Amino acid sequence: MQLNAYTMKLRRDVFQALADPTRRAILLLLASQSMTAGAIAANFDSARPTVSKHLQILTECDLLAQEQSGREIHYFINGKKMKEVAEFIEPFRSMWEGRFSKLEALMKKYKI
Amino acid sequence: MELKTKMKAEEGKQEVFITREFDLPLELLFRAYVEPDIVEQWMGTKVLNLECKQLGSYHFETSDPHGNKFSLIGVIHEFIPNYKITRTFEMENAGYGVQLEFLEFEKLTEDTSKLHMHIVFRSTFHRDQMLEIPFAYGLSMAHDRLQLIVKQLK
Repeated sequence: MQLNAYTMKLRRDVFQALADPTRRAILLLLASQSMTAGAIAANFDSARPTVSKHLQILTECDLLAQEQSGREIHYFINGKKMKEVAEFIEPFRSMWEGRFSKLEALMKKYKI
Repeated sequence: MELKTKMKAEEGKQEVFITREFDLPLELLFRAYVEPDIVEQWMGTKVLNLECKQLGSYHFETSDPHGNKFSLIGVIHEFIPNYKITRTFEMENAGYGVQLEFLEFEKLTEDTSKLHMHIVFRSTFHRDQMLEIPFAYGLSMAHDRLQLIVKQLK
């Protein structure tokens, strides 16, 4: 059950991740190529640790993936996840997922 | 990752199917639809009235992020405990029209159950309009940008 609560939290966070303009800009930047954290940061005025935090959030919700290449880590877009989230019905489904998760957690406190 | 809530909305049809399995006995799942104080907690709405019986009615109230209040109203057409609720649903004065909802509650094991939700809209237009409602809660722009990124991936 612990795992389920965790994965559901991740799902909700996908839309929070996308609600941030810098993170959307990072995704746009990576749409055509994979890049290192340094190369991504060079495109923004934000401090490097701030960009790293954005990359971490995008990676945690599966929108980005990492690939080790020699000593460098390249970030690239997880296309499968992006398409899944972009589906028209996903926000509506997510809304119900949120409600049903609450219902389930709530009713576990009750006995028949 | 296994998604617990599954949804089917075929293009060009005026209906939506949602299913969800619960780690709850059937009786507890059904109770979550019947007791006003429980409904309030998981639906995130105030329950002003909820008459769970044939020809009963319900009236919920919810607010958007700007503090505007909306009434969610409907009439219960069929009410069979631990099995079925058929009801209408309307977001009052919102222009989305009335929808018909078939809720079926299925026992899987002693401790698990499944909800089948079938929603029929007045037209495909009304259905697609309703599917866009979550965007109204600040997701709209994020979604537009997302579509743009996905297009570039192809």
